[in-house]
Amino acid sequence: MKKIWIITKRELSSYFDSLIAYVMIILFLGMSGFFTWLFGNTVFLINQASLQVFFGISYWTLFFFIPAITMRSLAEESRSGTIELLSTKAVSDWDIVLGKFLSNLILVAIALACTIPYYITVSMLGNVDHGATIGGYFGLLLMSSMYISIGIFSSSMTNNQIVAFLMALFIGIFFQILFDVMASNFTGTLGGIFDFLSARSHFESISRGVVDSRDILYYLTFIFGGLVLSETMLSKRNWKH
Amino acid sequence: MASIVVENLTKKYGDQKAVDDISFEVKPGEVVGFLGPNGAGKSTTMRMITCYMAPTHGSIQVEGMMSDKDPEEIKKKIGYLPETNPLYSDMAIIDYLKFCAEIQGVEAGLVNSRIRDMVDKCGLSFERHKKINELSKGYRQRVGLAQAMIHDPDVLILDEPTSGLDPNQIVEIRKLIKELGKEKTVILSSHILSEVEATCDRILIINRGKIVADGTSDTLRQQAQGQELISIKIDAENDKAKKALLGLASVEKVNEDENKPDFFLVQSKPDLSSRKDIFDLCVKNKWYLLEMTSIETKLEDVFREVTN
Repeated sequence: MKKIWIITKRELSSYFDSLIAYVMIILFLGMSGFFTWLFGNTVFLINQASLQVFFGISYWTLFFFIPAITMRSLAEESRSGTIELLSTKAVSDWDIVLGKFLSNLILVAIALACTIPYYITVSMLGNVDHGATIGGYFGLLLMSSMYISIGIFSSSMTNNQIVAFLMALFIGIFFQILFDVMASNFTGTLGGIFDFLSARSHFESISRGVVDSRDILYYLTFIFGGLVLSETMLSKRNWKH
Repeated sequence: MASIVVENLTKKYGDQKAVDDISFEVKPGEVVGFLGPNGAGKSTTMRMITCYMAPTHGSIQVEGMMSDKDPEEIKKKIGYLPETNPLYSDMAIIDYLKFCAEIQGVEAGLVNSRIRDMVDKCGLSFERHKKINELSKGYRQRVGLAQAMIHDPDVLILDEPTSGLDPNQIVEIRKLIKELGKEKTVILSSHILSEVEATCDRILIINRGKIVADGTSDTLRQQAQGQELISIKIDAENDKAKKALLGLASVEKVNEDENKPDFFLVQSKPDLSSRKDIFDLCVKNKWYLLEMTSIETKLEDVFREVTN
């Protein structure tokens, strides 16, 4: 556990030293703020003291931003060879993968924490559904964890950051839209399966404040699956061909 | 008890055997040099000892622990400098050493004093506030050495520790390795023969994944040489002298040296020395013995012989 935290700390400080963290936070706040308050279907237009608009926007901005921050995690280590250095320190491959995962999650959590003023502002405008707001943040964190996990897996497959970024987007787009589209094209069991695979329905029910164990299980499955695959890719060098 | 025991180690990359059935032991406090041409399997062997990758067959035991059972405990005991010396180049030296110390389990109270020690020992004092990507190759190599030693490991594995250093630094690093070798087990690899000869107690020559020679530099030289070879110059008629030399009981072969006129290369019979006999011969015939040098086989010759 301590080792994971040491790796997480190093990753985080490299995000903040290299401006990646600031760029990501500012862009995220800029995009979500712009669409929440100024342009399109804003909070003022829907005439409700609710952050649903913000959650809907963040659902998409995070989808694009997360691959951009996870793409370097393992790809850069294997390109520069530092993976050899890291894995010959007294850590396991799981420590490395979890350290990377946690650092990305904390970065996203910091970005989300910066939007708490939105919540305060809206709550001054009228009666906010606190349950739905907490659910919305919780849903965003779960969704981010899933895409981070997918992003780290993509990053573990290549030593090219751009390939890692595109691969993460490619895998992500299935959960983000394609399964949703397929679900509406098929009926019966197949339609049900696609509907279950689509991240949108799970996210929407959580962000309405309805926390169902099936939705949480859905996210945990993909988080865990992505991490297991990343660890497998990382320990591939141990395979005895 | 041996510090490192390697038994029947084999590593295959696809069909190619990078390391082929290697076995050896390293005693505590021994400095062992891996010598071999490029692609001989030196780095692969080191990578397996440091638990970076698992062998295809065979076993590795470090400080009494098996590499397939306690890799994390083994890694704590080992300090490793990889061949390419990868470093997190966006970090400052001190931060980087701190990270390495923490992750290798150095006690929180000792971290700072260990860092200070390493900065002094590796000559990084003037550069200590710089970021790693601002350093020259030689200084990066020092940082690589510092991170390998930061947790005071029992075993040091250094893959080409002096590559990229200038002559003064090479001398310093060699001195450092010798000093460390007094209390630690050190394995280093190199393809510079003089370096291995100067720093190592024992040399393993590896070629195409196999150990082709194992011993101190002296024993290796003797093995390769076998019989004494001396070069002499005698102030006498060449034919006469040659005949007389061949008549000596201890002499096997006499050749005229192609490179130096009037010099003879005299090879003694196995386990015999002909130097005294030659001197006596000259005294008897009243010849002047102008020069006599014994020709030593150089480590370069040994190396060429076993790796070709």
